[in-house]
Amino acid sequence: MNTGVFVLLATLLVVAALGVVLARSPIRSALSLVVALFFLAVFFLLLDAQLIAALQVIVYAGAIMVLFLFVIMLLNLQEHPAEMARAGLRFLAGTLASLFLLATIYFTNRSGISNAQGMGAIPDGFDSTAQIAERLFTQHLFAFELTSLLLLVAIISAVVLAKKKLA
Amino acid sequence: MLYRMINPPEISWIAILPVLLLSATAMLTMVADLWTDGPDREGLGWIGLVGLMATAIAAVALWNTKLTSFAGAVVVDRYGLFFTLLFCVAAGLTLLMSMSYLEQTDIRTGDYYSLILFSTVGMVVMATAADLIVVFLGLEVMSIAAYALAGIWRSQVRSNEAALKYFLLGAFATGFLLFGIALLYGVAGTTTLTGIAQTASGATAEQRTLLIAGMALMIVGFGFKVAAVPFHAWAPDVYEGAPTSVTALMAVGVKSAAFAAFARIFMHTLAVMSPDWSAVLWVLAVLTMTVGNVTALLQRNIKRMLAYSSIAHAGYLLVGMVAGGELGGSAILFYLLAYTLMTLGAFSVVIALGRRGQPNENLEDYAGAGFRSPFLGMAMSIFMLSLAGIPPFGGFVGKFYIFSAAVKSGYIGLTVIGVMNSLISVYYYVGVLVRMYMTDGGVEITQPSSRPYLFATLVVAVAGTIALGLFPSTLFEVARQSFLALG
Repeated sequence: MNTGVFVLLATLLVVAALGVVLARSPIRSALSLVVALFFLAVFFLLLDAQLIAALQVIVYAGAIMVLFLFVIMLLNLQEHPAEMARAGLRFLAGTLASLFLLATIYFTNRSGISNAQGMGAIPDGFDSTAQIAERLFTQHLFAFELTSLLLLVAIISAVVLAKKKLA
Repeated sequence: MLYRMINPPEISWIAILPVLLLSATAMLTMVADLWTDGPDREGLGWIGLVGLMATAIAAVALWNTKLTSFAGAVVVDRYGLFFTLLFCVAAGLTLLMSMSYLEQTDIRTGDYYSLILFSTVGMVVMATAADLIVVFLGLEVMSIAAYALAGIWRSQVRSNEAALKYFLLGAFATGFLLFGIALLYGVAGTTTLTGIAQTASGATAEQRTLLIAGMALMIVGFGFKVAAVPFHAWAPDVYEGAPTSVTALMAVGVKSAAFAAFARIFMHTLAVMSPDWSAVLWVLAVLTMTVGNVTALLQRNIKRMLAYSSIAHAGYLLVGMVAGGELGGSAILFYLLAYTLMTLGAFSVVIALGRRGQPNENLEDYAGAGFRSPFLGMAMSIFMLSLAGIPPFGGFVGKFYIFSAAVKSGYIGLTVIGVMNSLISVYYYVGVLVRMYMTDGGVEITQPSSRPYLFATLVVAVAGTIALGLFPSTLFEVARQSFLALG
């Protein structure tokens, strides 16, 4: 991947991600998230993972974001004052999150995983739908079946908690 | 070539028989709900009980086998089967107490029973999973059903609050677990436990750092599910707000399932890394025992008190994990069995004291209860003494095994702290008995013998707690064989 392209995209992604956290209006936060997710999709494209890029756009930037926006509009959230939590707690949470991020970067760097495996040649047929399907129906067949059960449970739970008749 | 055939992996249907039976029962209950109405749906509970019985029989029949299925994603060994049986007992007793309890609530939906069974399916999957993705999916099946169950008493504000709190914090903790799984996958290139074990045993220094980061994140995720301090903040509110029978299932089933996966991954798959994780768990164990027991002293609501007590018991179980080895592992299994029976029993007594529109969950309500209902008094005494770890009950033997495992592994300091905590806990457990037998006042009690299902639950729990205390060696041998099946 061209370093210049990477730096440009990475900067834009970080700016969009900051927008999610810093925007005062929830709608703007959500829209910044759409932008961030699109840039993430571009990264997948640059890594030769076209299918994952497409899924990223369809599932996250599409379906999930529509849900977010829908909920925000449904609840009619206005610009909320920033002092949601006490300043001390916010500072503590921010510090912990930053430390966590730094630790992750440090460990990932030290592990050498970024140099050793990231730059390897792309195997033949990588990211083809056929290969993903093969994995799904062989190695991860049980997980695949179990997911259907998980979705069933989630549907029942949602209905139980949301249906109108109380008694 | 435009297409190619995918060869499905070899599937051993026998191996997943318990999961299949249980899922089928859960779905049957869900469908049968369409044909039942009326205020109480005991019939659904009976369907569930029969299904659990069938599952338990299947698990016993498989006892002498060790099977893997679905390309190694599921492993059915004695360890998994031990937990399958444990979950059948826990879910069975929960269903039984629910059949009495639902009358005194406004819960009028048959989905209650199917959600309990679905949650149990998730627990069984967690205990028999040999792949981190399957562990995660099992955890989610179990948890999502539990979130909904916590909020199923919709006309109660505190039930709504419990569901929301549990859901938000639970989802947050799941994120940590997933992040940890992702890091382990990054190191090993596979999510199967065997593959990860191979990588861990020959790990280079670089791989070790990443493994440690992954383990740390997984400890946070599992620590939340077992309610270990400092990831316990949700437990008291959720335990207090959820319907009592659901609280019982959460305290017993969810915790055991989390320990089943936790112990399989850490004590078996990542056993070579134990010098790295046992120090962390040492600290967690001390914090969990101490904070749990000391805070329990201050509670006035029995469900909150039992919540802190269940936190403290998670601490004792962590001592078993720190101790490690054959003895520590078997002690955890035995302890979970004893803990299941005595905790379910204690929650049944809480239900027995409540009435419609009058939950009677304050400790003052227990005044004089021992005389108004001698059976309840006797049952509660046995559960409280067993929880406190006083002989001759199951809880004492469990603690004895845990602490002797810790001593054998050389953790003298940890054992001393554990025993001291155990002494603190005697104060609040016996405090309940003092109220029941030595103070006046209290509330009117419906005799448990007039509520057959609740009575049956109490009888089973009492009998189990005593049997574990009097004849521990047989069951400890079963627990030992189960743990050894891992290796």
